[in-house]
Amino acid sequence: MLTASHISAKCAIYIHWPFCLKKCPYCDFNSHVRDHVDAAAWQRAMLDEIDHFKALFPNLQASSIFFGGGTPSLMPPETTAAIIEQVSSHWGNGDDIEITLEANPSSVEAGRFQNYKQAGVNRISIGVQSLRDDALKFLGRLHNVSEAMTALDVARNIFDHVSFDLIYARPNMTLANWKTELSEALAMNPSHLSLYQLTIEEGTAFDHQFRRGRFTLPDEEHAAALLTLTREMTLSAGLPAYEISNHAKPGAESQHNLAYWQGDFYMGIGPGAHGRLPSNTQGAAQAHGQISRPENWLAAVNKKGLGLESFETIDPKDRAVEALMMGLRLTKGIDLKAFQARFGVALHNFLDPVEVEKLSASGHIAQENGFFTLTPSGVPLLNYLLGRLLA
Amino acid sequence: MTDQKNIRNFSIVAHIDHGKSTLADRLIQHTGGLSERDMQEQVLDSMDIERERGITIKAQTVRLKYTANNGENYVLNLMDTPGHVDFAYEVSRCLSACEGSLLVVDASQGVEAQTLANVYQAIENDHDIVTVLNKIDLPAAEPERVKRQIEDVIGLDTEGAIECSAKSGVGIEDVLEAVVQHLPAPTGDPSAPLKAMLVDSWYDAYLGVMVLVRVIDGVVKKGQTVQMMAAGTEHQIDRVGVFTPKGVMVNQLSAGEVGFITASIKEVSDTNVGDTITDAKKPCAEALPGFKPSQPVVFCGLFPADADDYPKLRDSLAKLRLNDASFEFEAESSAALGFGYRCGFLGMLHLEIIQERLWREFDLELITTSPSVIYKIHMVKGDMLELHNPSDMPDVVRIDYIEEPWINATILVPDEFLGAVLKLCEDKRGIQENLTYVGTRAMLNYRLPLNEVVYDFYDRLKSISRGYASFDYEMTNYDRSDLVKMSILVNGEPVDALSMLVHRSQAEARGRVLCERLKDLIPRALFKIPIQAAIGGKVIARETLSAMRKDVTAKCYGGDITRKKKLLEKQKKGKKKMRMYGKVEIPHDAFIAALKMREN
Ligand SMILES: Nc1nc2c(ncn2[C@@H]2O[C@H](COP(=O)(O)OP(=O)(O)O)[C@@H](O)[C@H]2O)c(=O)[nH]1
Ligand SMILES: C[S@@+](CC[C@H](N)C(=O)[O-])C[C@H]1O[C@@H](n2cnc3c(N)ncnc32)[C@H](O)[C@@H]1O
Ligand code: SF4
Ligand SMILES: [Mg+2]
Repeated sequence: MLTASHISAKCAIYIHWPFCLKKCPYCDFNSHVRDHVDAAAWQRAMLDEIDHFKALFPNLQASSIFFGGGTPSLMPPETTAAIIEQVSSHWGNGDDIEITLEANPSSVEAGRFQNYKQAGVNRISIGVQSLRDDALKFLGRLHNVSEAMTALDVARNIFDHVSFDLIYARPNMTLANWKTELSEALAMNPSHLSLYQLTIEEGTAFDHQFRRGRFTLPDEEHAAALLTLTREMTLSAGLPAYEISNHAKPGAESQHNLAYWQGDFYMGIGPGAHGRLPSNTQGAAQAHGQISRPENWLAAVNKKGLGLESFETIDPKDRAVEALMMGLRLTKGIDLKAFQARFGVALHNFLDPVEVEKLSASGHIAQENGFFTLTPSGVPLLNYLLGRLLA
Repeated sequence: MTDQKNIRNFSIVAHIDHGKSTLADRLIQHTGGLSERDMQEQVLDSMDIERERGITIKAQTVRLKYTANNGENYVLNLMDTPGHVDFAYEVSRCLSACEGSLLVVDASQGVEAQTLANVYQAIENDHDIVTVLNKIDLPAAEPERVKRQIEDVIGLDTEGAIECSAKSGVGIEDVLEAVVQHLPAPTGDPSAPLKAMLVDSWYDAYLGVMVLVRVIDGVVKKGQTVQMMAAGTEHQIDRVGVFTPKGVMVNQLSAGEVGFITASIKEVSDTNVGDTITDAKKPCAEALPGFKPSQPVVFCGLFPADADDYPKLRDSLAKLRLNDASFEFEAESSAALGFGYRCGFLGMLHLEIIQERLWREFDLELITTSPSVIYKIHMVKGDMLELHNPSDMPDVVRIDYIEEPWINATILVPDEFLGAVLKLCEDKRGIQENLTYVGTRAMLNYRLPLNEVVYDFYDRLKSISRGYASFDYEMTNYDRSDLVKMSILVNGEPVDALSMLVHRSQAEARGRVLCERLKDLIPRALFKIPIQAAIGGKVIARETLSAMRKDVTAKCYGGDITRKKKLLEKQKKGKKKMRMYGKVEIPHDAFIAALKMREN
């Protein structure tokens, strides 16, 4: 069970809305299709859980709120409003914080953007996925390109901060194809873009089809070239990668996502959400995971006020390893001073000095101005490099 | 003390799985050696590994008390022998301690390769033989056909052959009667000076070194000072006992009897199997002929996967050797593998068993280098050296010629697989000596180079015959051969653990397979890695492992981090077991996997 902690710390708040109109064939997120959702019951449960977290962690300060999914743009705006209200009253200090909502670009949802704004949402992230109709079809999406464009227009008229997602490295995608598609995206002058290479996740419909040879994906060489192209194009468009797949105009980075990558605390509310919360031991954290199946989560919250199913204490060493895994995803890398301040030991205690030496010499990692980073040639090899770097 | 005319010392010889251990269990049970409760299957196979693999590794004995139909009480000493060719040597020494054998043949299978090999050994030892057709409970049993086969192929009279089922117990009484009626009693002189054969010895955690003896003449008893004639050492006897199969102390063992002694003996290696034990004060006139000590024929290096385990490996090998004097080891070091041991084994099964015991009993993960036989290298200068390790191969310009060991192999195989088996033997440089038929099965005699058999011959034989072929062999001679040292180079660095001597005609094919294997086994690096097989400076096969280009995951949120961390930890553990060859890391299990030469 989670242990109550009166520690005062910043914490990013994640709210998971687990429902979608249709399950996309590539998606392994905790998303479920239901004919009917009892909106009132869900709102009650979410608020209930928030109250229970408040009792356990009364002194946190919410640094961002993120409504993710599933499809949170299917959530009744009243629910969104109630949640924001509750979080602010528990953990707010009156400052404006980033409040993001993930949205699917259908006309119905775009029609509600204004209501979300009134509820307190100030940033929207739209799952455009592609600017090509045939690709949207392949990805099993319910929208087409023109609907996506409309949704984007509506969003930009309403919100100051709009981001959208694209999935690339799709079957048969050439460098030239992607170059044109990405240019079109950049021409819309977004302040934030998430550009993900298509990955085949275990247990998805694509996994099944891919293993049967129904389609092929770019090989590693080509995928690497697509990644490089993406980074070059976004950089020259003034939207450099600040994380492996995330690009923003300077200052427009998502605060919520930065919290994950910088190793801050975060709280997960709703089915399948995970979190890292303060522990009374310095440098350690309490990891928690929620029940994934929506109905089971709801039943658990109705009964006990919390839908948690897993707890684990993460000792300072493990937490430092996590911070390294996440921190190296950031372009700026790991702030060595901040690291030392948080964990009480220097990052280098966790690294194999021989490998650090070798990988610096081969130009895959660098250390400059108090930051430990991957170089452009190191970025595509993050997993491999982590394996070598960790002592 | 039992009158010698009421003693029978006998062995059971059989092809593997024909029911030797089951029959032994049944005989023990029938004569009341163990209560129903103590009876666990295959009581004589005492090591876990023996029970699991269903093979007997060490010789075992048991004393049975039997009241025959004629009303007389008999003492029957049953010596169970190992069934695998690697341990043929132990079979022969057991046989020399008995006067007769039960030849067990599975009535549904008929004569197999080891049936022949073992029965010939029994005949060589002058044994009287009782034929037992086992498994007659099986619907497929054809005792009459199998009897004819035994007469045709081995030339044994099957007039008095007994049909039984070791499983159901049918015919067990007949087997015991036949032992008493048809096998001879020992004929030593109980009043002559002590003359006993040292049959086997092993280390027991409670009793120390135990020596299995067969008394030929005279008496051995507690307190007596005995002399080991070949070793020239003297010891005072602490205990005398027999196995029932539990160890039971007795006052003495006299002419014709089998049992164990313990004495002030420190190590198993202080006892020579086949040595003659006599009374120190009143020695016998003439020693027994003795045995040639068993010689390891297959060598390989064993290195701990985790270099920190080296002292543990040393201690574990020493412990295993306490009980198995037939394998050798000496320290070896390799640039990439670190410290380890060069070990000699009686054969591939023996090697596998030791490796498995190290893992199972001592929790040691190992890197095994390519197995090698002993080559005789004749130098230009006229001297000869025995090469146990391909990496010690002298410069070719100093070598005049090389000889390699050959074997005589006997293979029995159903007709339908004959073509495939012939091809296998030809591929392995075999020379056909004979092809006859045993019923519907072909019996092949082939001369084969041992080094071809060491690799994967047995596995391949089993797989191409769907398990129906049986195989046995004996070492015969050394012969001149066009052997070359094949090196494997990874990123230009020779991998010593994988270098091997091969026949020139086989080098390219084997090199290709090895390179292909390694390509799948070596993790990719930041640069591309050429993998080559070479003879001297000449590359005969090549593969290229492409450089790693991208492995970063596109999306990573809070949720999946725990799983990723676990993956990374696994990766980290694996790293400890990697070996560096130049700039390339090779995981420890790649060595074993690469050397399993099984195609497909
Ligand atoms: N049906 C049947 N199976 C038997 C008989 N004797 C042994 N077996 C089985 O044959 C297999 C091999 O027996 P085992 O005694 O281990 O053979 P060993 O390798 O000669 O010692 C085992 O599965 C036994 O259960 C028998 O008389 N009838
Ligand atoms: C939580 S998901 C989806 C949010 C929203 N429901 C939608 O579909 O637009 C966030 C993003 O992850 C990306 N994504 C999900 N599965 C992916 C996969 N298998 N490969 C690449 N990107 C993926 C998509 O771009 C998606 O917009
Ligand atoms: S990609 Fe988005 S819309 Fe599609 S199933 Fe996943 S969460 Fe739902
Ligand atoms: Mg057996």
